Amino acid sequence: MSAAAETALLRAPWWLKRHETLLAIILAVALVGLGAFNDRFLTLDNLLNQGRLMTEIGLIALPMTFVIITGGIDLSVGAIVGLSAVMLGYAWKTFAFPLPLAIVFALFVGGLAGFVNGFVITRVKVPPLIMTIATLALYRGLAEGVSQAHSVRGYPEAFYVLGQGDVLGAPTQLLILIVLIVVAGVALDRTTFGRALYAIGSNETAARFSALAVDRAKLVVYTLSGLASGLAAVVLVSRVTTTRMDMGMGYELDVIAAVVLGGTSIFGGAGTIWGTVIGLVMIQLLKNGLALTGVKGDATIVVIGAALIVSVLIASSLQRRRE
Amino acid sequence: MTAIPVTGAAASRGFLRRFASQEALLALAVIGLAVAVGFVNPRFLAYRNLADILLGNAYIAIAAIGMSMVIISGNIDISVGALIGVLATVSGSLAVAGAPTAVAWLVPLALGILVMAAQGAVVAYLRIPAIVVTLGMLSILKGGLISVTGGKWITDLPQGFHLADLDVLGVPMPVVIMVAATALAAIWMRDTASGRAIYATGGNAEAARLCGVNPQRTVVMVFALHGLFAGLATLVYATQLRVIQSTTPSGLELTIITASVVGGVSILGGAGTVVGSTLAAILIAEITSALVFVNVSPYWTDALRGGLILATVIADIIRRRRRAARGWRT
Repeated sequence: MSAAAETALLRAPWWLKRHETLLAIILAVALVGLGAFNDRFLTLDNLLNQGRLMTEIGLIALPMTFVIITGGIDLSVGAIVGLSAVMLGYAWKTFAFPLPLAIVFALFVGGLAGFVNGFVITRVKVPPLIMTIATLALYRGLAEGVSQAHSVRGYPEAFYVLGQGDVLGAPTQLLILIVLIVVAGVALDRTTFGRALYAIGSNETAARFSALAVDRAKLVVYTLSGLASGLAAVVLVSRVTTTRMDMGMGYELDVIAAVVLGGTSIFGGAGTIWGTVIGLVMIQLLKNGLALTGVKGDATIVVIGAALIVSVLIASSLQRRRE
Repeated sequence: MTAIPVTGAAASRGFLRRFASQEALLALAVIGLAVAVGFVNPRFLAYRNLADILLGNAYIAIAAIGMSMVIISGNIDISVGALIGVLATVSGSLAVAGAPTAVAWLVPLALGILVMAAQGAVVAYLRIPAIVVTLGMLSILKGGLISVTGGKWITDLPQGFHLADLDVLGVPMPVVIMVAATALAAIWMRDTASGRAIYATGGNAEAARLCGVNPQRTVVMVFALHGLFAGLATLVYATQLRVIQSTTPSGLELTIITASVVGGVSILGGAGTVVGSTLAAILIAEITSALVFVNVSPYWTDALRGGLILATVIADIIRRRRRAARGWRT
């Protein structure tokens, strides 16, 4: 970079240098580019449909942003999706619960799974990475064991409104996601709870000495992560009409990639919901764009994996330069 | 280098104590479980079944050696299952394409070292957490494999390809490789400066640096070795098969991590032995087989594995904290 360009960059207003702004610009360019490349892309139908498809990942990415800001990680989210989905089917079919009760039960199981993660992480002090690898195996195993690999189908028609229906012209689940994005954004930016998460991620010891309820905050974010995974499971089952025990497999990759691509530091202490939303949309566009150009689904996970590594590389080298 | 003998002595005392607990405990569990299940269903103890357990899972024990080193150095790798799938396909494709057997055997080893050393370099020198690098690599390998091969199966493997069918003085090759690799790795890690450097790096990287260990180089070396053992595991695994499915065995990395952790490798880094991880790999395989013999649905296996890893991790942390508290008082 020439000296002139460097000064120009230094003089640029602060908001232009933000990770999220840069991402939004890249996103806009990608939108226009993909639109010019393929005339099926920039149609309202396609975009709304993409919104429907990205909701499950998006629901989990919101609390995952919280978790990563505190310096933790949750690898068990995909397994919790599988477990909650199985529990939904099991409660409805085997226990003959009325469907609304079965949904509440599935959400409860998701929240409980997240609570167990948070409880052991805060009480026994097991590192989050190890704890959630262990529960990734455990929860997926429970999903397998409880379901005995049987799938459940034949849910009542009304249930499909959630995953396949429209409200006010937009996919139902997308509206839920948008409401939760606003709630999560306000909670992170405008409440003492949200600000405490940054303090914990930047320096946990200092946060403890500042009388912040560190353990309680962590317990809450991991429980939220499980709860959101449960909600994602309900939406997913409603969208695809079937419960299978392998649901949500590999979700952790998409979720973590969306959060990290959105500028949340993998080392904790920095990140925004706004960035996560852009990261989420970018990943969905990447998938859609690749699909429209004829790339198969398996090749897209190669791109997402590469995007994850590259975005962390860039973020950490930028951070080192700033220091 | 003055501090190295001190670390070595302390650690080898720790090694003896550990041998008295974790490894002995695992060996007892392996034998005890066999006896107990034998009572319920004597067919479990048939030579055929015991041999199947050992032969079919030797590759997990071999891969767990490298995984143990990675975890002891304070890192983690979740890409190894996908890597073994890729290497098996590469090896099988080479053999079917008519490459000399030696090439079909050696290329996976070299490729394993290369991929893992590259990941190790990114972790060590660019200071990216291993979980991010290996999660990304997992999806690159997994997606890459399926999209390149289209999920085709590799059949008609040449007769000479099947390394695992050979034996040394009547002992099947997978067992020979498993025992030899475990013994060599255990001795190397216990008795050489470069082996001790892994414990030093995982225990306290800064202290290791002050003692003249280069933590970065150690991490790259550990990942390279992990790649070598993954390659070796692939050889044992792929040459047992008559048909190689060009997909990644799902959940394999979890089985390998479980073997390491249950084998006594501390998930906080800095402690553990590969003798323990090999015994744990055998124990896990035995449990899986035993479930079938006592009429438990095999779909519960994964839950049991998850419960086992969780229990060991929690026990390890509590044990460490007790020991630290005791050290504080005296």
